[in-house]
Amino acid sequence: MNNSLLVVLVASGVVYGTPLLYGALGELLAERSGVLNLGVEGMMLVGAVMGFWTVQRLHAGTGLSLAAAVGVAALAGAAMAAIHAFLVITLRASQIVSGLALTIFAGAAGLSSYLGNDLNLADNPARHTFHALFPASVQRWPVVGPIVFGQNVLVYASWACVVLVWLYLTRTRPGLNLRAVGEAPGAADAMGIDVVAYRYAHTLAGGAFAGVAGATFTLAITPQWVDGITGGAGWIAIALVIFAFWRPELCLVGAYFFGALQALAPQLQARNIHLGPTVLWTNTLPYVMTVVVLLLVSTSGARRRLGAPAALGEPYVREER
Amino acid sequence: MVRPGGRLRIERRLRQPRWLVVAVPAGSLVFAFLASGLVLVATGHDPLSSYRQLLDAAFVNNGAIGQTLISATPLAFTGLAAAAAFRMRLFNIGGEGQLYVGAIAAAAAGLYFGGSGGPSAFAIAAMVVAGCAGGAAWALIPGALRAFFKTNEIITSLMLNYVAGYVLTYLVFNTESYWRQTTGFNAAVFPTSKPLPPSANWPTATIHVQGGVPLPLGAGIALLAATVVWVLYRRTRFGFEVQVLGDSPRAAQYAGMRTRRKILAVMAISGALAGLGGASQDGDFRHTLDADPNGLQKQYYGYAGIVVAALGRYNPFAVLLVAFLVGGLQNAGNTLQGADFPSGLVGVIQGLILFSALGGELLVRYRLRFARRAEATPVVEPA
Repeated sequence: MNNSLLVVLVASGVVYGTPLLYGALGELLAERSGVLNLGVEGMMLVGAVMGFWTVQRLHAGTGLSLAAAVGVAALAGAAMAAIHAFLVITLRASQIVSGLALTIFAGAAGLSSYLGNDLNLADNPARHTFHALFPASVQRWPVVGPIVFGQNVLVYASWACVVLVWLYLTRTRPGLNLRAVGEAPGAADAMGIDVVAYRYAHTLAGGAFAGVAGATFTLAITPQWVDGITGGAGWIAIALVIFAFWRPELCLVGAYFFGALQALAPQLQARNIHLGPTVLWTNTLPYVMTVVVLLLVSTSGARRRLGAPAALGEPYVREER
Repeated sequence: MVRPGGRLRIERRLRQPRWLVVAVPAGSLVFAFLASGLVLVATGHDPLSSYRQLLDAAFVNNGAIGQTLISATPLAFTGLAAAAAFRMRLFNIGGEGQLYVGAIAAAAAGLYFGGSGGPSAFAIAAMVVAGCAGGAAWALIPGALRAFFKTNEIITSLMLNYVAGYVLTYLVFNTESYWRQTTGFNAAVFPTSKPLPPSANWPTATIHVQGGVPLPLGAGIALLAATVVWVLYRRTRFGFEVQVLGDSPRAAQYAGMRTRRKILAVMAISGALAGLGGASQDGDFRHTLDADPNGLQKQYYGYAGIVVAALGRYNPFAVLLVAFLVGGLQNAGNTLQGADFPSGLVGVIQGLILFSALGGELLVRYRLRFARRAEATPVVEPA
């Protein structure tokens, strides 16, 4: 039963969806404050390489090494996001160009590759990796075994993050303030909310999440370092935020759906099932669906109902409001 | 730091002095190399020797300029594509995908007309037209969504890059398509694409410096395209309206300009330019449809083109110049990969150039004034 296509797909959807989920939660926080950051891929890669570097070089037990690695990855991602934040919030640069610049600067042919090369990380597998938390006997339980109990700590932590982000956005004062900053920065400013501080804080938090997303690759999914290991997951994370209408709980659903799509083509091939050009449609479906969702939310009424932050992508200049 | 009341105030300039428009990009370039120097020093490299190697490999060594032209030609096309769209504030970041689709269409044209025994010029012309058409068609998807449904073109054009990339790979690796080599010994072992027939290979002129610099036909077409874009935007009513729509959409609407048509036209022009880059990749350099995931798709010409356009401040001729410089950087990065030249350095430098150019934009548009707190926020006595 645990080998049935559906169970395998959901279980691997959770595995491959976890970095997408972290990345999307981070991007969601940044976008809710009105900052579009197209540098997710770059921030992920720098987080991935720095997290990997930490487990390779830190002489400590498995638990401590991994915890430190996730912390370093988050810091590295936040450091990358700080560049973007400074350029677009303080210097009022174009968010699109700056985000792309961040991906070029940090991405597969930039800083992450430079660091991986300079720190000699490419040759060895990770010294410590995240393993499934529960014993093998529990993992054999039907259906919930592989899906729920076959996962590592990063997966369970991501579930906690979804709940926390949801509570933060909908049940706390800073969360309300954050939404105000993203919807109407002028009004938020008049209320005495520090727009600049909120945007900085959430752009940096977004970077930290992206860093952890990257570390998910190098410490759990494929525990090694190769240039461009994230393989475009950062862009899917950006797509996912739109696909999830800027809501954390829908990010979870979307992340696992997109994750399962990644596992679909090899699974179908292994089972000798032919559904047209499988490789093509499973790979392109996340992007095509995002375009369709964008089309659906493009009328202004739908945008308001579905939650696109009204001030997304626009710099806030108090003197010019 | 920048909030009013602080010591440093940012004020909008009423007039932008002309010298700043040149001084700021030049200054950003210097700043970027200083910052990359810091990265190099921090990781235990000698920046001066790295830069020396970079300069030699890009422009000085025998044959370097020829290699730089090869790297610069696609950047010129994608740079022009981005400049043409961004000038109207249409953020077409789909140059990458439009280049792929242009390459696919042009390769089909080259295979078909090059193999039919007609004159070479005809096959080449067909490739140029097909490349333009393919790129334009791909760009018109986000263009039409934007024009008719006001769908944000930034994300849609970006998403379509990936779709185009997967289609490109699929055509050669996962299906027996027209582009795939199906005969011969290797074809059975490893999927490859069909080579273009000789009459579909683009000719090269030679300039006699540095022991002969080959000037690809694509570079000439890029120069021509830049001229056309310049004339179109500076000397025609169409270009004027596009710029008004970019700077002040409301004013344009009051003046009765047709927004929808302009969006479609500008996206088509932008896509056609990127598609030409794809055609030139087929005809000038690769002589086949390069679907290798580590080939054309690892070059990120479309994204780098946005860098080029932004650095050239969306001026077509400045774009050509910047494409040449950035092309030199990329060429040097490719040649120098090795022990004492860290990989990824070129991306770091490119990113830093772009960051400092973006930061520098602030100095063109705004004036920084140092003021005392008391001066900046005069205390109003209660009446």
